Amino acid sequence: MPGNKTIAVAMSGGVDSSTAAALLKKAGVPIVGMTMQLWNQRRLPELYPEGGPAGRCCSLDDVYDARRVAEHLAIPYYVVNFEERFERDVVRPFIEEYLAGRTPIPCTLCNNHIKFDQFLEMAEAAGAEQVATGHYARIRRDEKTGRLLLLRGVDSARDQTYFLWGLTQQQLERALFPLGEYTKPQVRQMAAEMGLPVAAKGDSQEICFVPNGDYAAFIDAYFRERGEPRPPVRGEIVDTNGRTLGEHAGVHHYTVGQRRGLNIAAGEPLYVIATDPATQRVIVGRNDELLRGSFQVSSVNWFPFERLEEPVRAHVRIRNKHIPAPATVYPASSPGTVEVRFDEPQRAVTPGQAAVFYDGDLVLGGGWIC
Amino acid sequence: MDRFYFDNNASTPVSPEVLDALAPVLREVHGNASSIHYYGQTAKQRLEAARRQVAGLIHADPQEIVFVSGGTEADNLAIFGTVRYATRKRKHVITTEIEHPAVLGACAQLEREGVEVTRVKVGSDGVVCPDDIRRALRPATVLISVMHANNEIGTIQPVAEIAAIAREAGVYFHSDGVQAVGKMPVDVNALGVDLYALTGHKIYAPKGQGALYVRKGTRLGAIQFGGHHERDRRPGTENVPGAVALGAAAKWITENLEAETARLRGLRDRLENGILERVPDAGVNCRNAPRTPNTSNMYFDGIDGEALVIALDLRGFAVSSGAACSSGAVEPSHVLTAIGLPRERARSCIRFSLGRWNDAAQVDALIEAVAGAVQHLRSISPTYRHAGK
Repeated sequence: MPGNKTIAVAMSGGVDSSTAAALLKKAGVPIVGMTMQLWNQRRLPELYPEGGPAGRCCSLDDVYDARRVAEHLAIPYYVVNFEERFERDVVRPFIEEYLAGRTPIPCTLCNNHIKFDQFLEMAEAAGAEQVATGHYARIRRDEKTGRLLLLRGVDSARDQTYFLWGLTQQQLERALFPLGEYTKPQVRQMAAEMGLPVAAKGDSQEICFVPNGDYAAFIDAYFRERGEPRPPVRGEIVDTNGRTLGEHAGVHHYTVGQRRGLNIAAGEPLYVIATDPATQRVIVGRNDELLRGSFQVSSVNWFPFERLEEPVRAHVRIRNKHIPAPATVYPASSPGTVEVRFDEPQRAVTPGQAAVFYDGDLVLGGGWIC
Repeated sequence: MDRFYFDNNASTPVSPEVLDALAPVLREVHGNASSIHYYGQTAKQRLEAARRQVAGLIHADPQEIVFVSGGTEADNLAIFGTVRYATRKRKHVITTEIEHPAVLGACAQLEREGVEVTRVKVGSDGVVCPDDIRRALRPATVLISVMHANNEIGTIQPVAEIAAIAREAGVYFHSDGVQAVGKMPVDVNALGVDLYALTGHKIYAPKGQGALYVRKGTRLGAIQFGGHHERDRRPGTENVPGAVALGAAAKWITENLEAETARLRGLRDRLENGILERVPDAGVNCRNAPRTPNTSNMYFDGIDGEALVIALDLRGFAVSSGAACSSGAVEPSHVLTAIGLPRERARSCIRFSLGRWNDAAQVDALIEAVAGAVQHLRSISPTYRHAGK
């Protein structure tokens, strides 16, 4: 555990970040709690048919809970407003990605640009040199190279390294994941033992600013709110031979691997194979047409080394719930880009999602699927 | 850690003389001021004595004072109580861009009810031009609402000139005086306002008690309904302890305003000069405009005002930036935007607001703390470094 330097804890009001704060406090570390106000939940009220965004991230209920935990721990606590930056660096790119026919991961953007960037700055302003979060992941130093390594959390079901692959060495230098050595049941038990008022609170599930996981409705409401015309996204649904099967109301309604909502009568189940942003076409096909043996990854970040010189064997995860599959990762011609070749083709390699490379518990690196 | 409070525009501590007046009422006077028995009469006497004290502070008649729960209710009663009861079919209201949310929020609600609202711009000096108010007048205009002093930057608005324009046009004029009372002399007759809002917790009384001045003859309807309290204008059992506290606060100001404002002005100037001497790339917003003597809004290029507030709080100094929203986070200031500050500079501002328990030693300590905190924040600020300073 760290010494007597102040640590800022990002407190969402959930059981994980609350327990992270409590563990540091218990260890005698001076801490300051901060809740990031990322999204104004009063916006886009039409997305909340039940009348309010209660219980959602950044909701008043969560801020109330975080404040209560801070009071319980007797630590200084602040709510900091990052709404502007969050909209610029997370929400808008999220929307642009969807409209470009990709399936983005806003949590990774948030980690890269908000939690381990702007939040770090705010923490430093408060005199804290490190920030702690409730992520399930571990950080180790490689004694030979001096580099900081990212490892999966001990609880493999909760491991969040799929969203943390973008952290730089500088960011890791100042990050702490106090929950990395624990399982979720242990965390809940510790929270209860320490009397945290949120010990029994449910887990958050979806992307924090998108109610009910309905991305398309969110995107449409966002453009309506701003009074901007949404870029045209209507187009044709075609099969892999280019034959037109029907029409769709927007590429942002579709993601690779999706079966539902195509509204096409066909003799066999059809799945989205790809979307083509240039022509606004959604390409559909049979399940086996979803299999891909290789793909390119860009903006790659490595942990054990600066860049990939030689091909490396890895287990590659292509979405959060995907079981990492054995592959070889090859350096590609342009810098920061690699090619992944699976031993066995994998289903639904989705542009916009991340590919994260593992060697056992060690995260080798990751990047965006092209 | 020693703690120092420089956020008196947000709320003030309760003064000893207010506490002395309040405690015996809480202990001994429990009757309902509307009851006919001894207990009711005692309560009523205290209530009316307090009303006279509040009226005396702003040179009104006691019958023109309506006790309410605070500034927001006073503003809402003034605005809805006149506009909803105006007999015209089309209705139009004039206000400014720099009003408190109590006024802006009420006007936004009026818009939802079909009333047209003009929000007049202010100059870079944070002061509205009376001619702009005149130009905004329409045949349908029923109310003008312009604050007396701004809460964030302290600028004093030309209320008397605007009142004359309103009178000439036959339009009611309301002024939100929450940030003016206690910081400058207020004479509702000299000003010529029809309605004037004030609140206790900015002048060393507790939260939960305010007053609305309603000039005799003003057509003001109720906005909540029940009994006949406050001449039918504000139903609800009177808050006698609250009124007594507000009265005691008013009495102290009536007796001490001149000396206290001179003292605060001296401290405020000491603070501004001290910071400007120590901190480069800083300045005072609307420094040359007429301002309340206790308020200073300063920018510190290259830093985030929210971070400076936190850094100062951790050093024991309470100041503020922007306005607190429901979560407790800081929202970008509509006032600083309205005076034309570029976004980056508006983000770099904080407000110091002085009060009775600040002294020169505290101000000097604050100058030190601000200089140290700004230097630290700039040393870690990417924007300040990149600006090549």
